[in-house]
Amino acid sequence: MMAPVEERQRHAARELDPNNPLPVVAPSTTFETVSEQISSIVLTRKTPLFWWCCFGFGIFLLIWFAIAVTYLLGKGVGIWGIEIPNGWGFAITNFVWWIGIGHAGTLISAILLLLNQSWRNSINRFAEAMTIFAVMCAGLFPLLHLGRSWIFYWVFPYPNTMTVQPNFRSPLVWDVFAVSTYFTISVLFWYLGMIPDLAMFRDRAVERWKKAIYGIMCFGWRGASHEWKWHQSASLLLAGLATPLVLSVHTVVSFDFTIAILPGWHSTIFPPYFVAGAIYSGFAMVVVLAIPLRSVYGLHNLLTVRHLNNCGKLMLATGLVLAYTYCIEPFTAWYSGNEFEMAVVRNRAFGPQAWSFWGVILLNVIIPQGLWFYKVRVKPQPLFFMGCVVLVGMWLERYMIIVTSLGRDFLPSSWATFVATFWDNATLYGSVGLFITLFMLFVRFLPMVPVAEVRELLPFSKPGGGTEK
Amino acid sequence: MNETVQPGFVPIEALTGPRGREYWRSLDDRDAAYTPEENEQFSEEGVAVSEASRRRFLSLMAGSLALAGVTGCTRQPTETILPYVDPPENVIPGKPKYYATAAPVNGVAEGVIVESHLGRPTKVEGNPDHPANLGATSVHSQACLMDLYDPDRSREILKLGVPQTWDAFQIAWEHAIGPLAARNGAGFRILTETIVSPTLGAQIQALLKKYPGAQWHQYDPAGSHSARAASMAAFGKSINTYYNFATADIVLSLDADFLACGRASTRYAHDFAARRRQGDRLDMNRLYVVESTMTATGGKADHRLGLPYSQIEAFAAELASQLSIPGGASGSQYGFWTTRVARDLQAHKGASVVITGEHQSPAVHAYVHAINETLGNVGKTVIYTAPLEEQPVDQIASLRQLVDDMKAGRVEVLLILGGNPVYNAPVDFQFADALNHVKTSIHTGLHFNETALKTTWHLPETHFLEDWGDARAFDGTVSITQPLIAPLYDGSHSQLQLLDALIAFPGRTPYEIVRSYWGANSGAGNFEQWWRKSVHDGMIANSALPAITLAVAKNVVRTAAAAAPNDSSMEISFRPDVYMYDGRFANNMWLQELPHPMTKLTWDNAIYLSPNTAAHLGFENQQHVELQLHGRTVWGSVWILPGQPDSTATVELGWGRWHSGRAGNGAGFNAYAVRTSDALWSANGVQFRKLANPYPLASTQMQQYMEGRQVIIENTVDYYKRNPGFVPKAEHEPEENLTLYPHWDYRGYAWSMNIDLTACVNCQACVVACQAENNIAVVGKEQVLARRAMHWLRIDTYYKGVPGNPTAHYAPIPCMQCENAPCELVCPVQATNHSKDGLNDMIYNRCVGTRYCSNNCPWKVRRFNFLLFQDWTTETWKMQRNPDVSVRSRGVMEKCTYCVQRIREAEITSQDENRFIRDGEVKTACQQACPTQAIVFGDKNNPNNRVSKLKAEKLNYHMFAELNTRPRTSYLAELRNPNPEFEPGAAS
Repeated sequence: MMAPVEERQRHAARELDPNNPLPVVAPSTTFETVSEQISSIVLTRKTPLFWWCCFGFGIFLLIWFAIAVTYLLGKGVGIWGIEIPNGWGFAITNFVWWIGIGHAGTLISAILLLLNQSWRNSINRFAEAMTIFAVMCAGLFPLLHLGRSWIFYWVFPYPNTMTVQPNFRSPLVWDVFAVSTYFTISVLFWYLGMIPDLAMFRDRAVERWKKAIYGIMCFGWRGASHEWKWHQSASLLLAGLATPLVLSVHTVVSFDFTIAILPGWHSTIFPPYFVAGAIYSGFAMVVVLAIPLRSVYGLHNLLTVRHLNNCGKLMLATGLVLAYTYCIEPFTAWYSGNEFEMAVVRNRAFGPQAWSFWGVILLNVIIPQGLWFYKVRVKPQPLFFMGCVVLVGMWLERYMIIVTSLGRDFLPSSWATFVATFWDNATLYGSVGLFITLFMLFVRFLPMVPVAEVRELLPFSKPGGGTEK
Repeated sequence: MNETVQPGFVPIEALTGPRGREYWRSLDDRDAAYTPEENEQFSEEGVAVSEASRRRFLSLMAGSLALAGVTGCTRQPTETILPYVDPPENVIPGKPKYYATAAPVNGVAEGVIVESHLGRPTKVEGNPDHPANLGATSVHSQACLMDLYDPDRSREILKLGVPQTWDAFQIAWEHAIGPLAARNGAGFRILTETIVSPTLGAQIQALLKKYPGAQWHQYDPAGSHSARAASMAAFGKSINTYYNFATADIVLSLDADFLACGRASTRYAHDFAARRRQGDRLDMNRLYVVESTMTATGGKADHRLGLPYSQIEAFAAELASQLSIPGGASGSQYGFWTTRVARDLQAHKGASVVITGEHQSPAVHAYVHAINETLGNVGKTVIYTAPLEEQPVDQIASLRQLVDDMKAGRVEVLLILGGNPVYNAPVDFQFADALNHVKTSIHTGLHFNETALKTTWHLPETHFLEDWGDARAFDGTVSITQPLIAPLYDGSHSQLQLLDALIAFPGRTPYEIVRSYWGANSGAGNFEQWWRKSVHDGMIANSALPAITLAVAKNVVRTAAAAAPNDSSMEISFRPDVYMYDGRFANNMWLQELPHPMTKLTWDNAIYLSPNTAAHLGFENQQHVELQLHGRTVWGSVWILPGQPDSTATVELGWGRWHSGRAGNGAGFNAYAVRTSDALWSANGVQFRKLANPYPLASTQMQQYMEGRQVIIENTVDYYKRNPGFVPKAEHEPEENLTLYPHWDYRGYAWSMNIDLTACVNCQACVVACQAENNIAVVGKEQVLARRAMHWLRIDTYYKGVPGNPTAHYAPIPCMQCENAPCELVCPVQATNHSKDGLNDMIYNRCVGTRYCSNNCPWKVRRFNFLLFQDWTTETWKMQRNPDVSVRSRGVMEKCTYCVQRIREAEITSQDENRFIRDGEVKTACQQACPTQAIVFGDKNNPNNRVSKLKAEKLNYHMFAELNTRPRTSYLAELRNPNPEFEPGAAS
């Protein structure tokens, strides 16, 4: 599917010219080529070495995750570095980080759909997949961090012989609803969008068993126009449902902190701050995933420079929102005159964990300013680097919020500095392994680009189409 | 009846129907009726067998067999239930019984009342009638249960490590003593600790009478060597001194930590605090402390001066000179202090106390005698009596003689009654080597310790809660100690019993021994009545030794001492550990994990250096160093202690045991290794060498400065007089309706607590009491380092002022039991809830362990079972647990409950008696143990209750009131009474 070398060079030259409007889909793409291109990845082409390497790496980390979780359940959460006062450490950091990453997928698939941003079409599938796997990783952590994980279901309001219900005043219960709703809607939306593509796989598969499996998975989709009609309405409906979730889920997650009276957590700026941070890290993950996929599977015609540019811009915008909140936090602390709040600001900047604060400033604010440059946004290597920087920076930000606030709160006698253990790291990297493994399986067996939606972008789908511009 | 049921479930009819036995004693018994006839339950199908095919038969058989196997899995273990034929009188399961006895604390007795659940002693409380503690307890008597139930206790008689019988020992004894008997027992020696038991003293005398050639040696590493030397010099005989702080307006402590450790500290703290509260605190006493390291008493002082150990004598000499005592040195090194202190003391003649520590030099003790006499304190605040010891001797000389004789081969049979001289004898005596020259050495003790390793015989001793005995308290009051439980180990004997057997085999029981001794010595008309009363009361009435009047000999105070030794090298001072004492409590896990009052260190001792000295030597805190003293070395970590005098190091004895058991082995370093007989308490010329390998210390409080926050509100009495409302209230406490949630309505009781920060002396007895009462787990050094200590109640120690000479402030922090509790709000599963009487109840079984409640607690009083901290396997520890309190397992949060089990117990009792709970009827464990009565607990709904009155005081405040959590625990601001003359600018 590789475009000829000359064409690519021409393409590249054009892409780097900021005055030229970028196409969402490369001009050489047609109805037929896009179907062939996407289905062949799964059905016919040899699995690339790159996939095996990533999958192997994912499995390796996943095994560590399994070991870490087994040891955790056998021994107790004391294998981590958490203590009193730092009752939360890596697990909640990881939870907030993963759930934040998921947000970009929903933003792309739902909000941009409603806003009629057609460029989203070719990236929404894998971005949604990213959302789902990130939420899976995220959802594990609140369960694992419990002292007694095996009774996690007590946080659900289910009829029981004890006639005890959860405490609806607790933000953790709100979390349960927010995250489970988010996961449900995301899965439905993702799968719904995939049905026509699965039907295409069924049609293109040669082996009977593949036909059977994809046939079952696509629920007998035939592509009839009334099916498309319902599909369209359902998509819009789910998009409508998912849209508020982009804002609400991370708002609720931020309530975990703001509802507490702890200085450094108890702040009204957290909901917008967290949502912006979530989208920031989410788009960072999108570019980190898109750039290798694009080059390994030759998807330059579908994941174009336009996408990279737009993701870069969104990162820049949300990053600036974060930078603003970083500035506003010390201001409100100072303006409130609250000695505890001011102490937290001082402690973050100059306390024993100051490295985390300055790390956040460096990774989330200073380095990403490079995104102002067009060439940084559209060249894969710098953008990939920016994505990695922001992902690390956003993890560190949550870490900083959690441990610098907990470690030094009101009463100096209880102050302590959190120190992570081997098992903290094993669980964090293990969850990355889980994500990579799931994502690689997705890439291998499911349509990672929504063929039907990409076709909508092609000129042939427009009235009077076929005349290339 | 023939319905098919699942295996394992027996229908109700099966239990009650005519088939089988009507009653079953255990599930086992019940199942026995059914096991063989498992397929009877399938009898309908069973009938069908004959009509059905072979295949069906086989399938049924297979099913039946499988089910039979399943029943096998559900069998209960065999247990025998034996009902009482004649139930013992007054034993009601669930209702504890209380017995009076006495605990040996710092070498003297402390009256205790022990709670016993079905024959298991589970908690120690103070005996309100006993003069040593007046109902409170010291740390050691609280923690004695850990010694009783110590799984590492010695259990059997051993000869060179091989188990032996009591009879075999008797034979061996006869064999060993036989040849000596012909020589009147010459070559037979007894080595004991300080003996304050009249019966034991009489026993030893009887044994010595049988073997007149034998000799009795005594050695106590932490004994009153200096005090004895001083009293010999001053009065020409050994005496016992104790103090009455209740009437002392001015107290000067010359290196005595009398509030937190040492003899009678419980009583002293009680009297001191009572005097501090006198006259609504406006008539407060004044405490001057001159000391060689930072102690809990020093932290409490109105004026504190840190001086090297050797300089205390110079200070005393100068003070004596200010008081015109002949022999006092007229130096002016400490003139600023001595003139003012002397003036203050002279203004309160007969109402002041000058006290010095047991470890201070005989010269300082002599000065103190002279000063007290000059001030007219003797007989008023300072009381002299005959010695408590059965036979006071110069113990160092006594041990030296023994060791010399041992080395010279003059000792053939050595009986070491208790103690651990191999570990704690002065290192230059080389006691362990000397033991090699003794043919038969016999050691008795609670533990198979370092000395037992070196002796030929080891005999396990009974714990004082297991046997009869007697002992004197600090004022001579004798307690008859009664056992609470039969000896846990068959091989153990008390010292009394052993001596009796040695006098005349097979000997009498300890009960007979003690009873017969007092039968002869009680002087009571009706002995039976006297005996019953004495045992019941936990002490013999009016047995305190009478006060004696003595005059200090002329020229007893040396004049030479005033000149400070011009030695520029560093000085080291030794002192017995606050908790380990001389090392005997090393295997007591409660004490090991009890934070040191000033450093909050657990599981280790340290080399205390001042901030300046550490900086000068280039040491960070916790620097691992080699301590060198005259060629001997020991390794330990440095702890930078504010208030430690410069160029001095202080180390605590009693650590670094190598054969004490699972808790004590390897905890801390052994300072005895550098302690010689000529420098028992202090030496010059200590040097340090940095070591590369780190040795971290586990402190429970890493931050000991208040960071300018209003944690502890304190001021002076003068300021309080001028501004009675100085404690901020109204502007800090938000309005009551400033919450979204509806208010709680406390119709019945509203339990609350008040803690008087002026009274708290940081003795930590409350912390151990809480641990004992509430089944709080011990976590070990690693977990303390990981900041996971489980104490529900802690005492925070803060320093204020310059690091060189700071003031210290103590704040006991239990759960605040907030009315707008931040913890209750955030628990997702409602595991922590508000009770009708205002407690934040913790439902362990409901807790899933999110730790959110702890994150949201401003005081961080919640404790989490990060791992399985409770020991579920050690049998003896199970016996200690309070059956009224759940034993928490891994993954749940726990915290102070205000001893809710005691509240509910009192509620039930009061309801039975159709009345309200009286004020003071419910005492929390911490309150009950507190020597200074700093903690008061009660129902604040009744304005006449003590706690309500305290809360109405002007000094009352809530810590972090501005957070609007409305704590139920409030504090009375700390007041001190500094001497206005110490103000810069005041007329001198």
